[in-house]
Amino acid sequence: MRQSQFELRYRPLWERLETTLKGLEGVGKPPAENLSAFAADYQSLCHQLALARERGYSLALQSYLNDLMLRAHRQLYRHRAPLLPRLAAFFARGFPQAVRRQWRWHLISTLAFVLSAALVWGLIQHDPELVHTVVGPDQVADLEEMYHPDLRDTGDRGRADDVMMFGYYIYNNIGIAFRTFAGGLLLGVGALLAMLFNGSFFGAAAAHLSLAGASQPFFTFVIAHGAPELTAIMLAGGCGLRLGWSVLAPGSWSRVDAVRRAAGECLPVMYGVFVLLVIAAFIEAFWSSRELAPQIKYGVGAACWGVLYLYLFLAGRRHGSE
Amino acid sequence: MRIDDQLHIDTPEGARLSLSLAGPIPRALAYGLDLALRGLILFLVSIPLMLMGGHGYGLYLVLMFLLEWFYPVFFEMLWQGRTPGKRAMKLAVVHGNGAPLSLNGSLVRNLLRTADLFPIAYLTGFVVMLISPRLQRLGDLAADTVVIHVPEPLQAQRSPGEGSEAPDWPLSRDDQLVLLAFSERAPGLSRQRQEELARLAFPEQPPPAALEKLRRVARHVLGDPGGGRP
Repeated sequence: MRQSQFELRYRPLWERLETTLKGLEGVGKPPAENLSAFAADYQSLCHQLALARERGYSLALQSYLNDLMLRAHRQLYRHRAPLLPRLAAFFARGFPQAVRRQWRWHLISTLAFVLSAALVWGLIQHDPELVHTVVGPDQVADLEEMYHPDLRDTGDRGRADDVMMFGYYIYNNIGIAFRTFAGGLLLGVGALLAMLFNGSFFGAAAAHLSLAGASQPFFTFVIAHGAPELTAIMLAGGCGLRLGWSVLAPGSWSRVDAVRRAAGECLPVMYGVFVLLVIAAFIEAFWSSRELAPQIKYGVGAACWGVLYLYLFLAGRRHGSE
Repeated sequence: MRIDDQLHIDTPEGARLSLSLAGPIPRALAYGLDLALRGLILFLVSIPLMLMGGHGYGLYLVLMFLLEWFYPVFFEMLWQGRTPGKRAMKLAVVHGNGAPLSLNGSLVRNLLRTADLFPIAYLTGFVVMLISPRLQRLGDLAADTVVIHVPEPLQAQRSPGEGSEAPDWPLSRDDQLVLLAFSERAPGLSRQRQEELARLAFPEQPPPAALEKLRRVARHVLGDPGGGRP
């Protein structure tokens, strides 16, 4: 069969397929017409492409058929699930399950943070001057200005300042979490250093302020948003360590495959880290800065920690086959 | 074995996809363009935001965060694996098996960008790219993605003239392919080169006549004297 006869015979089918594809590739519900013929059309298209190649028809025709086949292939094998139920299922089950699946790594990252914080806290209780080895002079001044009862201005912050700080927390904290995760790819060193450094800084700030008699303003400020924020940083660190370990000790996988698997398993946790940090930024900007009785602030803070950890430990247990 | 920067993938349908991988230079240029565009967006948006005081500064920081981390993800999802810079350089990101880039793939390769940045100016990414057989940086390795040159769609062009004649020798499949390739590529060649090629087919004829004969035979193989195509 000559090429022109071939084209003449099958062109109607290709055109029908193109119309169906246009409908399927658009946003929204695909039109119902021709859909029943789609799979059969696709199969005969594959057949015609093979024929065109075998018979050596023109390269332009071959590439036209090839492109058509690729487009149809994408539509036929596409997995299109509605977004909202997927999101709901992710937060009801997927996220806490993904966290628990890697609990060892999150435990190590938490220990790195907590132990370095405790060590620095103890050292500074012993010798207050040590704070300057961890925290720079400007930052010490900033901390004192923010929390010290004699130094800070007691007037409530304005709404505009809250929005500004919200932006700052988003930019800074989520950036730190993402960098901690990515730093893990460098043999885990980046993630581990980030956890040790953040832990030391937190320990130094807490110790310095408690020695300066400002522990109440400090802890009433950090307790509520600390739950999602510190947890998210620990989780990001845990994911980073998991990634680094997959490079160091890939086990029976090739290194590249091990990293790919680790990244795939860490990604759901990182989705959750992102959401936790957005929540933390909201709380930090719009709640933590409010001047309220310490009992209320401690109460709300304890509730935040309790709810978050109940969620992470218990959610999705019945459904999963962990 | 051929050593080139082509990536060959055999699909389940038995078709063979050939992708040409993009090296560090075009990718760096695309990144530079994206960086400039990000800076421009930030600059343009910052002017009205600065007039809004604290609110504006907060929004500015949120925007800066989004541009830093999600600008590539957004465009790679919107434009089938192409950011504006990659579009300008005719590059695209696809998965290692040739499938279109997924959201998870895009997120992994862009979140892990920091590791490639280390310690300065994408040094790690550059070294890994040179070692990796498929020119992947660390983020690409973890996400199983490759950056490819987007192929130009083949322009179907017909050689000018009318009429066709049957070849006066038994036509093998290879001959047929050569003739087809000639008729598709001839418009891009100079007349002298076309005549030179035609002389290879019909050495006994003077160049203009050989070219005319070659065109007629090629039209015969295409099997449509009148022109017109998909």
